[in-house]
Amino acid sequence: MQIRKFTWATKSAWLLAKELKSEFRTRYALNAVFMFALTTLAVTSFSIGAFALTPRIVSSLLWLVIFFSSLSGLAQVFVKEEEAKTASLLRLVAAPDTVFLGKLLFNLALLLMLELIVVPLFMVWMNVSILNLGLFLSVLLLGTLGLVCATTILAVIVSKARAKGSLFAVLSFPVLLPLLIASIDGTRLSLEGQEFAAGWGDIRLLVSYLVVMFVASFLLFDSVWSE
Amino acid sequence: MGPMISLEAKNLGKWFGHRKVFEGIRFRLEGRESLVIRGRNGSGKTTLLKVLSGLLRPTTGQTVISHDGKELSPDQRRNLLGMVMPDLELYGELTAFENLLYLSRIRGTRPEKETIRDKIKRVGLEGRGDDPVSSFSSGMKQRLKYAFALLNDPRILFLDEPTAYLDEEGASLVHQIIGFHREKNLVIIATNEQSDLRYADQEIHLGD
Repeated sequence: MQIRKFTWATKSAWLLAKELKSEFRTRYALNAVFMFALTTLAVTSFSIGAFALTPRIVSSLLWLVIFFSSLSGLAQVFVKEEEAKTASLLRLVAAPDTVFLGKLLFNLALLLMLELIVVPLFMVWMNVSILNLGLFLSVLLLGTLGLVCATTILAVIVSKARAKGSLFAVLSFPVLLPLLIASIDGTRLSLEGQEFAAGWGDIRLLVSYLVVMFVASFLLFDSVWSE
Repeated sequence: MGPMISLEAKNLGKWFGHRKVFEGIRFRLEGRESLVIRGRNGSGKTTLLKVLSGLLRPTTGQTVISHDGKELSPDQRRNLLGMVMPDLELYGELTAFENLLYLSRIRGTRPEKETIRDKIKRVGLEGRGDDPVSSFSSGMKQRLKYAFALLNDPRILFLDEPTAYLDEEGASLVHQIIGFHREKNLVIIATNEQSDLRYADQEIHLGD
């Protein structure tokens, strides 16, 4: 038998490919995330009606839609492994760092797909103009990365619990609060058309959050996943 | 014969909270030896298999796997192990072929597609490789688990109730597989089947 060895990154990429194929077949997380996002978006849009909203309220609403949609779907990445009893198989074949990176990339792909649809829809339905696109995209990207890092490690923690749904929401809120505050503020500044320099404080906070959350998640993952 | 493989259990113990599952497990297997683990239901056979394979951490002691006298890291061990057990489910939404393809690549090996097809054929699932595993019967799933376990030519084969769910033909196939692997590798079996005792170079009885 001819066997060639893969590197750590390639193994994670194969795990991502497996996750994407599984997801497009079952739509386990995809349906949850998209249906929740679109419903919330529609309800918000109809409730607001013709009222003119301030950038602060618009940015809060946008991040609430993203936050709650991610809560509804991103935990599934580990919950479905435990429920289908495939987690042991994954532990047998893959090192914890491979699993963490593969699952993190899958959650990132899922959230980016969601934002690609939901953010333009939100802007159109709420009649919002982005006056500083560079700042808006930077905050959106950093906020998304931070959100994915935090939810991935929280997902593996709650996957072993009984009340998975409620525990995920309860654990996520305090962990994600600094990220949400900075993301909402940065988005507000971009909607107001402020210079990039005005949002620099929020960008730095988001980068710091991302680095701390990634390193902490990476280091903690083995002990949570393996037992 | 290839390089010598050995597995040593050093005073293994496992507790779940305050409940002791087992303690003081010591043995050493090397070369072509086989171990049979016996015990009543709930005595910890599956747990011991999981601890030996690295799926669970022991509460006390350690498992040392060596290749030509050199202790292997968890990453190095992963490519030498094959495992079949009821707790180890394959992905139902993927086909049999996709399961083997993705899992081997996530493990870090890249067997040829023909090799994967051959393994599927060898366990009697010829013509079903492109069907989703969710459409398989329990016996077919068990056969596919053997195809996966044998895919990387494992040096240590862990089997939990090896003939569970299998018909007579399937059970016969499993006995052939065990016989073949015992000639070159280590085989560890958790079972209560009297007929499996013929494989025991060493035996552990849990719950005594």
